[in-house]
Amino acid sequence: MQWDIVIGLEIHVQLATKTKIFSGSSTAFGAEPNTQANAVDLAMPGTLPVPNEQAFRYAVMFGLATNAEIGRRSMFERKNYFYPDLPKGYQTTQLAQPIVGPGHVDIDLADGSTKRVRIHHAHLEEDAGKSLHEDYHGMSGIDLNRAGTPLIEVVTEPDMNTAEEAVAFAKKLHSLVTSLGICDGDMSQGSMRFDVNISLKPKGSETLGTRTETKNLNSFRFMEQAIAHEVERQMDILEDGGTITQETRLYNGDRDESRSMRSKEEANDYRYFPCPDLLPVEIDDAFIEDARARLPELPDARKARFKEQYGLNDYDAGVLSGDARLAAFFEETLEHGKDAKLAANWIQGEFSARLNAEEKSVAESPISGAQLGALVTRIADNTVSSAGAKKVFEALWSGENDNVDAIIDAKGLKQVSDTGALESMVDEVLAGMPDQVAQYQSEDDPKKRKKMLGGFMGPLMKASKGQGNPKLFNEILVRKLAG
Amino acid sequence: MHNKSVAELSKELDSGKISSVELAQQFLDRLKQEDGKYNSFITISDEQALAEAKSADEMRAAGKATVWTGVPFAHKDIFCTNGVRTSCGSKMLENFVPPYDATVTEKFKAAGAVCLGKTNMDEFAMGSSNESSFFGAVTNPWGLSNGEKRVPGGSSGGSAAAVAARLVPAATGTDTGGSIRQPAALCGITGLKPTYGRVSRYGMIAFASSLDQGGPMARSAEDAALMMNVMAGFDPKDSTCIDRDVPDYTATLNEPLKGLRIGLPKEYFSDQLSPAMEAQVRNAVREYEKLGATVKDVSLPNAKLAIAAYYVIAPAEASANLSRFDGVRYGYRCADPKDLMDMYTRTRAEGFGNEVKRRILVGSYALSAGYFDAYYLKAQKVRRLIQQDFINAFKDVDVLMSPVTPSPAFIQGEKTTDPVSMYLEDVFTIAINLAGIPAMSVPAGFVDGLPVGLQIIGDYFSEARLLNAAHQFQQVTDWHQREPQ
Repeated sequence: MQWDIVIGLEIHVQLATKTKIFSGSSTAFGAEPNTQANAVDLAMPGTLPVPNEQAFRYAVMFGLATNAEIGRRSMFERKNYFYPDLPKGYQTTQLAQPIVGPGHVDIDLADGSTKRVRIHHAHLEEDAGKSLHEDYHGMSGIDLNRAGTPLIEVVTEPDMNTAEEAVAFAKKLHSLVTSLGICDGDMSQGSMRFDVNISLKPKGSETLGTRTETKNLNSFRFMEQAIAHEVERQMDILEDGGTITQETRLYNGDRDESRSMRSKEEANDYRYFPCPDLLPVEIDDAFIEDARARLPELPDARKARFKEQYGLNDYDAGVLSGDARLAAFFEETLEHGKDAKLAANWIQGEFSARLNAEEKSVAESPISGAQLGALVTRIADNTVSSAGAKKVFEALWSGENDNVDAIIDAKGLKQVSDTGALESMVDEVLAGMPDQVAQYQSEDDPKKRKKMLGGFMGPLMKASKGQGNPKLFNEILVRKLAG
Repeated sequence: MHNKSVAELSKELDSGKISSVELAQQFLDRLKQEDGKYNSFITISDEQALAEAKSADEMRAAGKATVWTGVPFAHKDIFCTNGVRTSCGSKMLENFVPPYDATVTEKFKAAGAVCLGKTNMDEFAMGSSNESSFFGAVTNPWGLSNGEKRVPGGSSGGSAAAVAARLVPAATGTDTGGSIRQPAALCGITGLKPTYGRVSRYGMIAFASSLDQGGPMARSAEDAALMMNVMAGFDPKDSTCIDRDVPDYTATLNEPLKGLRIGLPKEYFSDQLSPAMEAQVRNAVREYEKLGATVKDVSLPNAKLAIAAYYVIAPAEASANLSRFDGVRYGYRCADPKDLMDMYTRTRAEGFGNEVKRRILVGSYALSAGYFDAYYLKAQKVRRLIQQDFINAFKDVDVLMSPVTPSPAFIQGEKTTDPVSMYLEDVFTIAINLAGIPAMSVPAGFVDGLPVGLQIIGDYFSEARLLNAAHQFQQVTDWHQREPQ
């Protein structure tokens, strides 16, 4: 049987406010446990929440960037459940009146087409703390540093039909919130977490199947794997004539396994009701216009501009515009090295490879855009060969020297492009290789001849101590051997 | 000294006849000697009180004294006091010492007042007789001379009894459904529940957040006004606190009452009220007429729905507010929990008393899936109707007057097995909290030797007018000066 896959996402986006949503504690990541939890975060008796205006501003910016209606009057509710890392015994969140109403995001697919994914709503809420189950000799530790960190939870319509689309949406959202500057986008620190709702239905059927929710996926790769895994699991059950249980599942990415966390019957009755400690929040035109004025260039507009302004192809423009910091790095590179195609290749090639290899973000790169730009300039004007440029890049990366020209001089990487000097080197090398010259000249197949040229390049580069311009050597060789 | 008002004690201190430390010591000695009869205090904080008195003397020497500097008083044990145990009348917080002050606590400290300790109360402010306290019932100073142990009312029963017994000239209280006014009435003192949002709730342990309001309990309207001058005002730490100028509540105490329009809600003079009580209240209203006020009957048609609505909304909010008492971070934790669920269930089963558990269950039920609309939402609609009744009434009158309670202080144990009869104690006070308006209880006579309270209800932010009306009444009557034997 053929199946349609239906996917909807819920994405928790940690907002990059300096302080928590209802208290003045810092939200910085990585501090000693419970050093960033004050009396309000600890839910000490009598303490009260005070809303952080910046969280509202960020949520409104998100709404504007996703073409959404802004909730003019939003309301916080209490979601009641007991858990040790939930200090108040309820989460302050939004339900009936969220700050961001229906909106949409367009995603680009591999076949070049574009798909619109609708957003049902996005609401503001507080994050919980963390339970630490290791190193406590059978007991659990509680770290409340994260408790009260502002989140927006983005809830999509079930508009995605493949893992590829879901990942494309997730990446697009990542690109949006990092471009907006409202989230640091650091997935390894939990700044974005995905819950995936998946159901299957017979191909073409109008009726949705029973869905499962796989919670807390914190990388694009795990998300893609979890979807593939869950689709296969559901398909196996359905094709064996079974039925899907509505439940929440947990996916273990390291083992590619999932297990049921709780079924619908076991689900909590959260007993939502309006939080009496917080008045409804009225968002007026001035607040919205202020937020609009703070919107930076968004990824779609940036991609179009990169194509137009720098003549990049669709793929390069997409990659370089997607991540705000990478885009800024690219443009900084271009300020110092005019060749956009060359810069694009270096950033997507050597630069990205090194970042990935060392698990560094663009912000942590030891090389600046200005340095890479200077290198691009020297490649473009033939001062260094691409092999030489890699050596320069290496020296920059390792911090051995921070000046491109100084490295080129110090390492003797400057190419010799003086035709007279190169010609005499060619004459000398050819004179010492009479057999190979004869062999070349008796060969009729141009392909084989081209291949045989390589045999002369080695000695030539050696003769020039690696500094001869390979392109010029090639031209001279071809001319001399023909003559 | 113990019979003097806040204003009088302030003058004594100003004159230099007595120092703050001496005054504090006198009050502490008397408090320890006398409170065995009443059990009105949970904690007497000698050490901190004497330290505060010493600072008060220094403040005075530096010329920075306020009316309150060096004046002893007490906090209801619901206001967090940095370094002094704050129990909220519960085993759950039997050993809880907050590392912070409530905003109200901070304000009294800044004024230089000397807090002698923390007064007894119904557990988590849930009760109308002060019998639900983990620290034992409070005995009303009135009736003791006949050998009767009567309730002081609740939940601010410790504050009311302590003020009536002259252990302190004034004490803070909180009022969610009548918890300042009902004990003030039963103990023959003066109490004010301010407009919701007038006094910060920060650091005041929450019962029902949309109804809770702190306020003054003292022997006279003048002292209550002096307390309001300290307590009232915007607090950025409480989002429900209202940013509005605070008047000097003593400035208008002596305004004449000529032309004051009084409304008598006919629903509050129903057959729930004993004839003897009604006679006292009507006598008090006649005094107002003599002072130049005019009186007319008004109607609050939805008043009868108030108790039902309140006992959905207040427990619903309480059920969530009390979830934080889970044994994880502070407060009581059961011994040797087997696992997490065992820790939660036993901690809460052992740490909370019966009335608190009853309200958590009622509130959880009212918020449950399938019942939310029928209970919580319906109650909120009723709440708006009740609010509208008062708004309509204040189109024609300046204040409303009524009894505070249906009957005087009852004998301890009389109503503990019948929660509904206990809830009916607040039949005349609860609607005021639902509407968020201010109201006072003013001593207005006696029935069978027990005090009767007159309730004066005002429009939003009319505290100054209420205090003025009460003060003028206290200029021509002496009910508030009667002392229990």
